[in-house]
Amino acid sequence: MPEAKLMQGNEACTLGALTAGLSFFAGYPITPSTEIAELCSEELPKVGGKFIQMEDEIGSIAAIIGASLTGRKAMTATSGPGFSLMQELMGYAAISEVPIVVIDVQRVGPSTGMPTSLAQGDVMQARWGTHGDHPVVVLAPGNVRECFDLTIKAFNIAEEYRVPVVVLSDETIGHMREKVVLPELKSLTIVDRKAPAAPAGYLPYKADQDGGVPLMAPFGKGYRWHVTGLSHDETGFPTNKGDVAGALIQRLMRKVEKAEPLLRDYATESADDCDVLVLAFGSSAMSATSAVRQARAAGVKAGLFRPKTIWPFPEEPLRELASRVKRIIVPEMNLGQLVYEVERVVAGKAPVERLSKVNCELFRPEEILASIMGGSK
Amino acid sequence: MSSGLDYFRQNRLPHIWCPGCGHGTVTGALTRTLAKLGIDKNNVVVVSGIGCSSRASGYLDFDTLHTAHGRAIAFATGIKLSRPDLKVIVMTGDGDCTAIGGNHFIHAARRNVDITTIVMNNNNYGMTSGQYSPMTPTGMLGTTAPYGNVERPFDLANLAIASGATFVARGTSYHVQLLGEMIEKALLNPGFSVVEAVVGCPTYYGRKNKLGGAVELFNWQKEHAVNVKAAAAMAPEKLEGKFLIGELYNKAAPEFTAEYARLVEGVRRKFDDFQGGVRGCAQNSD
Amino acid sequence: MRTEFRLSGSGGQGLLLAGIVLAEGAILDGKNAVQTQSYGPEARGGSSKAEVVVSDDDIDYPKATDPDFLLALTTDAYKTYGKLMGKGLIIVDSTVCLDPAITARTVSVPILDTAATAIGKKVVANIVALGVLGGVSGVVKQATLEKAVLNRVPKGTEDLNLKALRAGFELAAKAAKA
Repeated sequence: MPEAKLMQGNEACTLGALTAGLSFFAGYPITPSTEIAELCSEELPKVGGKFIQMEDEIGSIAAIIGASLTGRKAMTATSGPGFSLMQELMGYAAISEVPIVVIDVQRVGPSTGMPTSLAQGDVMQARWGTHGDHPVVVLAPGNVRECFDLTIKAFNIAEEYRVPVVVLSDETIGHMREKVVLPELKSLTIVDRKAPAAPAGYLPYKADQDGGVPLMAPFGKGYRWHVTGLSHDETGFPTNKGDVAGALIQRLMRKVEKAEPLLRDYATESADDCDVLVLAFGSSAMSATSAVRQARAAGVKAGLFRPKTIWPFPEEPLRELASRVKRIIVPEMNLGQLVYEVERVVAGKAPVERLSKVNCELFRPEEILASIMGGSK
Repeated sequence: MSSGLDYFRQNRLPHIWCPGCGHGTVTGALTRTLAKLGIDKNNVVVVSGIGCSSRASGYLDFDTLHTAHGRAIAFATGIKLSRPDLKVIVMTGDGDCTAIGGNHFIHAARRNVDITTIVMNNNNYGMTSGQYSPMTPTGMLGTTAPYGNVERPFDLANLAIASGATFVARGTSYHVQLLGEMIEKALLNPGFSVVEAVVGCPTYYGRKNKLGGAVELFNWQKEHAVNVKAAAAMAPEKLEGKFLIGELYNKAAPEFTAEYARLVEGVRRKFDDFQGGVRGCAQNSD
Repeated sequence: MRTEFRLSGSGGQGLLLAGIVLAEGAILDGKNAVQTQSYGPEARGGSSKAEVVVSDDDIDYPKATDPDFLLALTTDAYKTYGKLMGKGLIIVDSTVCLDPAITARTVSVPILDTAATAIGKKVVANIVALGVLGGVSGVVKQATLEKAVLNRVPKGTEDLNLKALRAGFELAAKAAKA
């Protein structure tokens, strides 16, 4: 039986990555993500993996895409300013379908903001940070154990669907330490990308138009294929045909859309019979959990919906709950980002209330509690 | 030994480069050199950025990676560190390499990572129709320098040497034989190697600056390039307005991926020993 | 039962490590524990705060809301966090000037001096403080905390740190009698 130990969120992300088979990390130091790079620099050599500190975040994501093309599971970790720099190549990974994992430990922005302080302002950047329509999956851990679990899941999704996956952590989750009991290694599912059997006749981007995932050959194994960020056809070479380019984008988007029920991950507490539903993710959800429990203790029917997969958003379960509740409160450490998606999904079935906070300090449970109680009177 | 043409994806030809452009000549010099060295196609990765030069990767029969503007060397660094056994070649241009990609270039040189970088220098951004680049000489015209370029250009070779590259050479698309020899030395150097290939761009740079067509641009190369060996015996005033070709720097230094492999050998141990780490108070906020 | 600790002082005093060891001790005792911190850009000299929440139950909210114990090793930290104290006990270093405006129960303990003179190493003040917190709170058994300290401190410093921890427990016992 694995023992309980005190573990930091960033440490759990790293351990999850190593457990998933991480063997290449490239990164650039940035608070509050730096512990991940430090641990990778220490641990990867021990398992025959590779670590490099690049000259900037653009170089970091470029290097992990290069490494992933050689067949390695590759990752970088960063925070807001660095994540912004990576956006162009997030799009590159999306269109060239190279699996990568990016851990974004959010901090206060915009710009340099407050490096050591909490915010959740990268929700939209994680989804729409790069230009053009593109697939991306974003997972948001709500505690240290989930940093471990969701980083493994991030690699599994990246490998299975050949998409960039973002683990959207934050300063509080990343730096806090809590008691964690890790699962038995043999209980875990680890997914590896599917490779073609032989070079003969390999068409690197041939896939079912309805969200199919092409087989991926590693570089250096005789396939001699071409990868480009240009719109391309199933041979991998650039195309000037609008309908071919359009079909590619549609297949890429469909990959994630089609997989949404499988990618869907969320937790609920006291949600089945609640009048007031609190929808929160990441560190805000810890405050929300406390608030919901206090409200229940006071006799108010409050419940929690905590998405762990935030992109694609778990529409169906929320829509189902929304038809039964009187109010939905969305606390976020920003001035309103995920709430837009909640409003879209709920589509007027229940009033959606924003609860925003940008003073760098995690919601106190009583702030959310006041909102729950305020509307119930 | 296979011929140079065997290293092309012949079904991707003809290429899109303009008549008189030097990029095809440089690419041909590379494939002939690879053929001469008998390098297995399956062990080569060619990485390119964005621009006319960077279209080369699509025509070559290796694992090829056409990346984003300026980033070829950073992608290549990931590939090389991951698979040090592969021959990694970057094909780039003056804008791609020295403007948007300048930082990756100097850091790859500093690390002395075993990548051969061929910089096709046509003194402008050809693909976007002739804007000035960091290697456009002062006073020359570009579509964004309609009154003449007021900036000073990089000396790419000196930049590479100062940054730590261990083999640096210059050739031209006119001096094809020499270019091939320089590429050969670059490929054999276990470290970061840079070959600047001076090429003409008759469509934009040549036309904008009234330098004539393809033939005149080749003649310009012929008349202005001086072999570094010959230059050693020449008076400085004779070298006025000329540029040097040939091997400009060649000095061994520890190579990054080999050094990293040595480090790994030293610290390898079983995964079970993972202890995580508590960095105590060492949380800074840079 | 939920017990909240806030450890405050200046960067470089090792309070984060003290908080980590306290949390690890609680886990060794079979409890739940969460440790958080807030810190500024300075690695040394700026204000530093670590918090530890220990509970027999699930801990939903990781931060201290109304600390049961505030440790303040500097006057700045005492003034900043002392005035936020409600039901809890403030433990200050004896070098800290007390402020009559801060009304929470307060004990003054010679933590820095004990480290510097009795133990002979200023750097172990955090472990002395940990002993004081352990003794005063009774949340973690002394033997467990000793084990937690030994798990964390660098090789060769075990005796020094154990001595510091025990000195802290003794200071706590004296403070309780006073």
